[in-house]
Amino acid sequence: MTLREVPIGSSVTIKKLNGTGATKRRIMDMGLVKGVEVFVRKVAPLGDPIELTVRGYELSIRKADAELIDVE
Amino acid sequence: MIIGLAGNPNSGKTTLFNDLTGSSQYTGNWPGVTVEKKDGKLKGHPDVTIQDLPGIYSLSPYTLEEVVSRQYLVHEQPDAIINIVDGTNIERNLYLTTQLLELGLPTLIAINMVDVLEKTGVTIDTKKLEKELGCKVMTISALKGKGTKEAAKEAIRLAKAHEVGKRPEIFSGDLLKAIQEIEGKLDGDMKRWFAIKLFERDNKIIQDNNLNPDLKTVVEPIINKIEDEEDDDAESIITSARYEYITNLTRQCVVASKKQTKSLSDKIDSIVTNRYLALPIFAIIIFIMYYISVTTVGTWMTDWTNDVLFGEIVPNALTALCSTLGVADWMQHLLIDGVVGGVGTVLGFVPQILLIFVFLSILEDTGYMARIAFIMDRLFRKFGLSGKSFIPILIGSGCGVPGIMAARTIEDEADRRMTIMLCTFIPCAAKTEIIAMISSVFFHGSAWIATSMYFLSLAVIVLSGIALKKTRFFAGESAPFVMELPAYHLPQAKTVLMRVLERGKHFIVKAGTIIFAVSVITWFLMSYTPTLQYIDPESAAVSKSILRYIGEFIAPIFAPLGFGNWEGGVSVLIALSAKELAASTVVVLAGKAGVATLFTTMGAFSYMILNLFNPPCIAAMGTIWREMGSRFWAIFAISYQLVLGYVLSFITYQLGSFLFYGASLGIGQIVAIGLVLGIIYMVVRPGYREPVGELVNA
Repeated sequence: MTLREVPIGSSVTIKKLNGTGATKRRIMDMGLVKGVEVFVRKVAPLGDPIELTVRGYELSIRKADAELIDVE
Repeated sequence: MIIGLAGNPNSGKTTLFNDLTGSSQYTGNWPGVTVEKKDGKLKGHPDVTIQDLPGIYSLSPYTLEEVVSRQYLVHEQPDAIINIVDGTNIERNLYLTTQLLELGLPTLIAINMVDVLEKTGVTIDTKKLEKELGCKVMTISALKGKGTKEAAKEAIRLAKAHEVGKRPEIFSGDLLKAIQEIEGKLDGDMKRWFAIKLFERDNKIIQDNNLNPDLKTVVEPIINKIEDEEDDDAESIITSARYEYITNLTRQCVVASKKQTKSLSDKIDSIVTNRYLALPIFAIIIFIMYYISVTTVGTWMTDWTNDVLFGEIVPNALTALCSTLGVADWMQHLLIDGVVGGVGTVLGFVPQILLIFVFLSILEDTGYMARIAFIMDRLFRKFGLSGKSFIPILIGSGCGVPGIMAARTIEDEADRRMTIMLCTFIPCAAKTEIIAMISSVFFHGSAWIATSMYFLSLAVIVLSGIALKKTRFFAGESAPFVMELPAYHLPQAKTVLMRVLERGKHFIVKAGTIIFAVSVITWFLMSYTPTLQYIDPESAAVSKSILRYIGEFIAPIFAPLGFGNWEGGVSVLIALSAKELAASTVVVLAGKAGVATLFTTMGAFSYMILNLFNPPCIAAMGTIWREMGSRFWAIFAISYQLVLGYVLSFITYQLGSFLFYGASLGIGQIVAIGLVLGIIYMVVRPGYREPVGELVNA
């Protein structure tokens, strides 16, 4: 399953990050690395991006990028 | 002595910087790039400079801020680093800390927002943290100014003693062995830092530090071995290892005594970014901001400064003074019309700009600005802009100058440049006067003209965004929208005020000098005949001015647009000093005959289009120049506007006169059709793709 498919209001654990380059590094730098627990808080009014809670703070990423993150 | 201030965005770095330096700060750009650079003298220590680094999350090679920061840290080597850490968001903040500690510089960790931590019942064991991280750890509250002086004093001590702590061992097992192996091939204080960067295949580090390029091939087998073992790429392995270390560390050092309940910030957020309420709330906030700063209070203040202060009070006082002193006539005109007129144009905008900055700073300081980007992102990224581009465009509909300045809140360089280029296309208050004049004289005051101009300008912004995004200049991934949504808090009067004053000062000093010079030149050209006789530029006598001859000289340029007379040419030029003059000048020049004698209907329409999409007034161009921070980008933006204004006006006139006024199909029409096809091509063609693995162009 990817992070994009996770229903709002549920928690998952990150398994693997796909993709390359700047965006992937940025996502990892923000603390979304293998093994961390992520709570999907909400989706923006226009349907994208989504808001996550990770390591005790709020982070917003686009659905296209969430799709590159495998979770369980 | 130089002390570098490093930390995450939203960690309270600016507040700490302001607290430490007071009013002695100096703001500029990093050489060659437009990332803001700030330094200031530590209060009470004229020999200690505090260098504020951009707010960063990491020292990766991917963003401009990060590259600038790490180059500064590696090459300039401040005498000590104060690493400010947001105590309420400690895991992610310590991630940067683990990287800073590898630089081998004396480092002090200042844990900020301890007051908030106390309230929420979280305690941080600083002694233990100090032991684990091997460097001095202190707690501060930058906002309340608690502990900041002590932290600065300690940093000075560390710098003087050049006390570099014992670096914590973040890595373990085979990864550690691999890094040590690479380290063995290097030397110097920073070899650990370089070793990790080499392991991450950070090629920029080799370029920037003149390392032996062969190292790359030497270390490759070492990296491959670990990558195979871990079944992951090197960058991910390093990042995961850092966070793993931090998770263990905070488990030992951070204790939450109370159970965390839903905070006030969460409650606010569940309302303001609620699926259904978010857009209406957003609309109300924007309306209030726009209403106060653009249509009411801001305009009253600006009108008063322009019409009363610099229209009556100052000129009258100066006239009186001049006649008492017996100053020569030409000198008096230069002072009053040229200098006061010029400076007045600049200062007239100041109240409006300051008001808008007050609102913007409040939006930023409360944390709502990040939510605006969150709400609007989907819409704006479709045409190459960011969610935050909305505000500059909106403010631009009042006045382009504060609109351009509002783009400062956009972090991503490409988005910001694009926003600066495009936000003045929206008709500002002055341009609406041109629309009003043309529609009343030529179109029986039809409201359709104004409405269609707003839609046209929106279309121009959107299509320009799409087309420009496909060019080499703006290509590449739009900045990853991986954005922190900071907790809401009440705006701090001090923070807001500091930011407003700082931005206001920028405008007055930098843009002001350009506007001032150009205003004086324009005044001279309008007020003198070629034989240097003074004439009143606001009377019909302007037809004898130097400007008239310039107008005649350039008139042929405007002939393909349908108004090849000197009046048209001159008014386009004059309009560059203030857009509303495009309307008043043609009225003055046409005299009793009336404006309708100067233009055909189609020519008038084309004249309006040219003035709307041409570069904005001098004040706005000066601001573009200043805000772009680079000559290339300023020229690029203004040239784009020049070409676009001309092309749109040309197409309008040529095709309009063919379609509606029975002009025959000639060379002009064919060129216009070609241009339309060209524009369509620019919009629909596949975009330029940057070669994979390119770094940001620093």
